[in-house]
Amino acid sequence: MIELEHISKRYDGRPVVDDLSLTVPDGAFCILLGPSGCGKSTTLRMINRLVPFDSGAIRIAGEDIRDVPEEALRRRIGYAIQSIGLFPHWTVEDNIATVPRLLNWPGRRIRDRVAELLELLRLDPESYRRKYPHQLSGGEQQRIGVARALAADPELLLMDEPFGAVDPITRDALQNEIARIHAATKKTIVFVTHDIEEALRLATVIAILERGRLAQWGAPIDIVEHPASAFVRDFVGGEGSGLKLLGLRKIAERMRPGESAVGVPLSADASLRDALAVMTERHTDRLPVADASGRAIGIIMLADLVR
Amino acid sequence: MSGPAVPAFRAAARFPAIRLYNHVVPVLISAAVIAATACGFISVAPNRLVSGEPVALWLAADPRVTAALAVLGAALLTTAVATSNRAAHFVSAGIAVSLVFLVLAAAGQAAHAQAGSASKLARVSLGAAFWVMLGAAGLAVLDGLQRARAGILVQLAAVIVIGAGFAAMIEAGAFDALSLTHEYRTREAQFAGALTRHVELVLASVGVAVIAGFPLGVAAVRRPGWQGPVFAVLNLLQTIPSIALFGLLIVPLSAVASAFPSFAAVGIGGIGVAPALIALVLYALLPVVRSTVAGLSGVDRGVVDAARGMGMRQRQRFWQVELPLSAPVLLAGLRIVTVQAIGLAVVAALIGAGGLGSFVFQGLGQYAADLVLLGALPAIALALAADFLLQSATALLGRRVAR
Repeated sequence: MIELEHISKRYDGRPVVDDLSLTVPDGAFCILLGPSGCGKSTTLRMINRLVPFDSGAIRIAGEDIRDVPEEALRRRIGYAIQSIGLFPHWTVEDNIATVPRLLNWPGRRIRDRVAELLELLRLDPESYRRKYPHQLSGGEQQRIGVARALAADPELLLMDEPFGAVDPITRDALQNEIARIHAATKKTIVFVTHDIEEALRLATVIAILERGRLAQWGAPIDIVEHPASAFVRDFVGGEGSGLKLLGLRKIAERMRPGESAVGVPLSADASLRDALAVMTERHTDRLPVADASGRAIGIIMLADLVR
Repeated sequence: MSGPAVPAFRAAARFPAIRLYNHVVPVLISAAVIAATACGFISVAPNRLVSGEPVALWLAADPRVTAALAVLGAALLTTAVATSNRAAHFVSAGIAVSLVFLVLAAAGQAAHAQAGSASKLARVSLGAAFWVMLGAAGLAVLDGLQRARAGILVQLAAVIVIGAGFAAMIEAGAFDALSLTHEYRTREAQFAGALTRHVELVLASVGVAVIAGFPLGVAAVRRPGWQGPVFAVLNLLQTIPSIALFGLLIVPLSAVASAFPSFAAVGIGGIGVAPALIALVLYALLPVVRSTVAGLSGVDRGVVDAARGMGMRQRQRFWQVELPLSAPVLLAGLRIVTVQAIGLAVVAALIGAGGLGSFVFQGLGQYAADLVLLGALPAIALALAADFLLQSATALLGRRVAR
């Protein structure tokens, strides 16, 4: 659990973070969302003490971060950034091993951990270990950046717009990876982005920041359904928020069990937005729905989407 | 290097369909041809103290040598201009290397021919045409190697071949008739001492400047507020003309020497090695500090941020990340400083520090241009060698930290 209590930070008298309080539960995928200059990156960088704050307190698992020496604190927290920041003169293996080496892990354990992480990121350990960053594509570099952040099995992962500089297809793949890693490891992740789609897709909880203050805090669906202010409504997409809402709900929530229809079925795990897209494509108002094993379990109708 | 060269160039220009692949070699050859026709290849003086009469290439050298130069020059022009592939570039570099040797041999042969027909006191010096032709051939070698994208090892091999060939020609007495050689023979013993002293002055001043300047640069990067005053002082030092700085140091250092005899006992005084070293160090400081600051602040901010965010201490960041990543810039700075110090150390002879400059100033005093060259040519060779070595080191390092 990460608690931010009445955090404030000023640069030259101008507040960048203004009396911000948040509690991120263990295992949450918390996204700090807002336009540029809203203080989201600054807030993230306060958690590993890269940026000092003027007043308030931050606690990780009940421990005040100012009671921990800053290097020791950072070695406990994974850190991945938009510019990736891989060390260009080190191999992939050396890059991933950065924090384990700082923690003086034995060589054997480091080698095993590097292989394990490369496999977790779906990169073949034997062909990637010895490569240098400039031999990798942008997407591969960011995977190594994520592997490096996870290397010492940190309790908390901080990610500052990690997928902001890659092309849309690579970003989509990386978002899938991080969602899978979050589901598999149950690590607490604090993730900064200005991309609302990315936030709705990944977050279990979203904090929307406006000029250094907390504009709204809640689950993605609450924020889209009940924006707390005009700022939040505009930010999450105004009129377009209906589609976002459909994207956040699963077919399983609205389907009619037991009934049947013709055609290739959709998974009950797919979103209502996917269902709408397929209906439009097939010129139909009803679709069969199947469970994970592919067995037909019911149908979804156009009217169900707007219920 | 006259006849066929010019028509070939014109032909290419008249028919635009024929592409001119190389613009550098035609310019170099034109310069060489103009110099050969307009200036003396060597000059002959009745004795050491009078200025000589220029003698043109075809009058001074054996006609066969002149013809060989013309043929090789034409061959170089043809290969360089006609095609553009790696093999052709290597061939033109090869032809240019043989041109270097041929120009040197022509000078030696011409000197022998002229000296044989004159009195024993007569002096044969190298003329403007020789220098232009040698320079053009040397640049053609560089141009060919660069176009062939020759690696460091090939470049090193070319330098060794030219150096070894030159040494062999000296050994074989090819230049014995030149006045430059006479000047060397009469000062053989002093020459080795002067060369050693010169190298010592350079190594010591660059060493001290690095030891003092590098930490200063690091401090200026960590405290950007220091950069203004530090660079103001260093820039001011750099603007003082070297001769003036050597002169300015005479007064305070003589005062120190007379006030503390123990200082004088270890060689510190108004003239000599001590003031020369101080001045050279002061000049070297600015480029050392500047390249340290440029190198360290040029390290990718994202990389430094990642290093901090992962919990590297300042010292770990410095040695493991910032220093290796800025090494190419730091080495480039070292190269500039070393080459600059080799040149400035010549001036240090003025205040009695010795080195190759002592020949230069003796030569100036005696109106003996060849004695000046005896000091200047080795200094130039030293500078080129230092430049080449450090450039190779930079290239090798740059390959390791390529992004």
